[in-house]
Amino acid sequence: MKRLETALKAVFGDDIKPDGHREPVTFTVPVAMFAEAARTLKESYAFLCAEWTTDDTNSGRGYGIYACFRHSNEYLIVKSELSADSPEFPSLVKYFVPAYRFERQIRSLMGVTPVGHPDDRPWIKFEDWPEDAWPLRKSFDASKRMVRSDGEYAWLRAEGEGVYEIPVGPVHAGIIEPGHFRFQAVGETIVNLEERLGYVHKGIEKRFEAMTWEEAVRLAGRVSGDTTVAHSLAYCMALESMTHCHVPVRAQWLRALFLERERIANHLGDIGAICNDAAFAFMLYQCSRLKEAMLATNHRLFGHRFMMDKVIPGGVTVDIDLTAKIEMLSELDFLDRDFHRLVRIYEESSSLEDRVRGTGILTSELARELCTVGVVARASGLNVDCRVHNPFPPYDSIGVDSPVLVAGDVHARVWVRVVEIRASMSIMRTILAKIPVGPIAVECGAVSPDTTGFAAVEGWRGEIIYWLQCGQKGEINRCMVRDPSSVNWLALEQAIKGNIVPDFPICNKSFNQSYSGHDL
Amino acid sequence: MIRILRQILRTGIVTGKTPQVDDPNIKTRGINLEDTVKKCFRRSLTVREVDAGSCNGCELEIHAINNPVYDCERLGIHFTASPRFADVLLVTGPVSTNMEIALRRTYDATPAPKIVIAVGDCACNGGIFGETYASLGGIDKVIPVNVYIPGCPPTPPDILNGFYKIFL
Repeated sequence: MKRLETALKAVFGDDIKPDGHREPVTFTVPVAMFAEAARTLKESYAFLCAEWTTDDTNSGRGYGIYACFRHSNEYLIVKSELSADSPEFPSLVKYFVPAYRFERQIRSLMGVTPVGHPDDRPWIKFEDWPEDAWPLRKSFDASKRMVRSDGEYAWLRAEGEGVYEIPVGPVHAGIIEPGHFRFQAVGETIVNLEERLGYVHKGIEKRFEAMTWEEAVRLAGRVSGDTTVAHSLAYCMALESMTHCHVPVRAQWLRALFLERERIANHLGDIGAICNDAAFAFMLYQCSRLKEAMLATNHRLFGHRFMMDKVIPGGVTVDIDLTAKIEMLSELDFLDRDFHRLVRIYEESSSLEDRVRGTGILTSELARELCTVGVVARASGLNVDCRVHNPFPPYDSIGVDSPVLVAGDVHARVWVRVVEIRASMSIMRTILAKIPVGPIAVECGAVSPDTTGFAAVEGWRGEIIYWLQCGQKGEINRCMVRDPSSVNWLALEQAIKGNIVPDFPICNKSFNQSYSGHDL
Repeated sequence: MIRILRQILRTGIVTGKTPQVDDPNIKTRGINLEDTVKKCFRRSLTVREVDAGSCNGCELEIHAINNPVYDCERLGIHFTASPRFADVLLVTGPVSTNMEIALRRTYDATPAPKIVIAVGDCACNGGIFGETYASLGGIDKVIPVNVYIPGCPPTPPDILNGFYKIFL
């Protein structure tokens, strides 16, 4: 029996109704009960995955507020309808911490008010945008340049003797994306870190609404370039759930192969970069050599180093033949051998251990409160992995060895990546050995008006969620993208407290969240 | 320690050949990147990378030109942490509305000759993000651009090739 569904029904009885045959099950509740429903789910140990709004004024309704919850393998959406004149809903921040950013974003981009939210500063929207610019509303003309106005962001300030402030960014010292961090510190110890993101906001969610269903997969592949396979896959699976398209088995296995290749390449890069931030440059060059080998193989076999645009609605665009299989198998042998040697060196370097152990601890309690996902969650004792809980073939049949550590420090986040690389290699071997024959793509089919689609895919950072809504004319009315970074960025702020300023880069690298995936 | 040394010896030198020039304009003039960097920039062409709103795909490839296989440092090209030391700004992304001011300031902080290279389709013309309320389009809408390197994302040899075009 489904735990969350049962809990909601037990408390609300006939007041709430499941919405049609939507997957996952969607309950519509009166807006006054929206927070009440969240509280009930919290008591059933649910996590908040995402919270978003829709503008349904084109369909003659007002606005919709949605919240998606998860408990082990069960996803559930709670929805309320809001009036067009004064759209507001009770805030969920009291029960779920990640709602803090989701709701600030909702207010900033859709102009829908979360009543009882403790922070009325905008998010993503900058202080120099006009007050009434709500880009996600249908009445907003997205093609015009934003008019600049005046305004200042109110930073949190620590006060007292010896407290000082360090502003960092948006243009950072390394080759990374832009974001602003403001540290309040005493001596070297960080008292508080406040993130300011939104610099790479490109209006992706609005852009989706101007595209056709087929074009939009290219955009999904560019939400966060390093996670291109997982993002386009999540979009495709959400779309396929709307058209009831049955993707051929071979295509599904190939998708898993791409996904695992992406995971290994990025984890290798991360491990190298984390060690480099502890001045262990040897590891950076060794790991980037292995990563480069994988990317070069991708280029040879699939025609793109990151496999961009290889996953399309209905299947994939490239197949593998026997030579490709042999090449990948021999690459796996080489990777296996070299990676094993590097891991031994990592384990035996005491000076490195000194930097990574006990640094940037995210406790299990906080990881749970913040509803973290992916590598970050698994390093802090949370057993969450879509490949295990919400698998698509072949993951349901081949099984996934998903590591869970409890220390929550930089080392734990490195070690989760190490174990995952090994697990992904074994998954790839299974796929290459057992991949069934057959077609690699089918027609995806047309989307019927007024339907919704949903998908959750485990990218290398963690769970990626797409929620699609088709409008009255069969167009994209709303595409909600939830990158793992949207929740995990909050965890970095907490993990860094009490650490010293020079340890920030290594902590940040160990999280390695996407700015682009968060800012959209 | 012995393991580290062994691994270094075992790995040897993995760096490939200097990427071949694909632009006929450069070929005919016989420009050699390594020699030119040595001559014009005294063996050091200092680059500051600025992400003005990219999806981070281009950043991955810019990282890659620094890896042992492409190793741009052997050509005298190296990355710096501050625009104040930079000869070249390597700019990616469409310029997002929220990054416009930061990009202008970075450009202002860069000393002459202020060479700007736009990396990636989005940096060249806005790419898939186009021109909207949140994206101003290509880099040249905000600061002057000397060299364009198209591609989504351009491969490391493409990017290295782009450096040749500075000297055209």
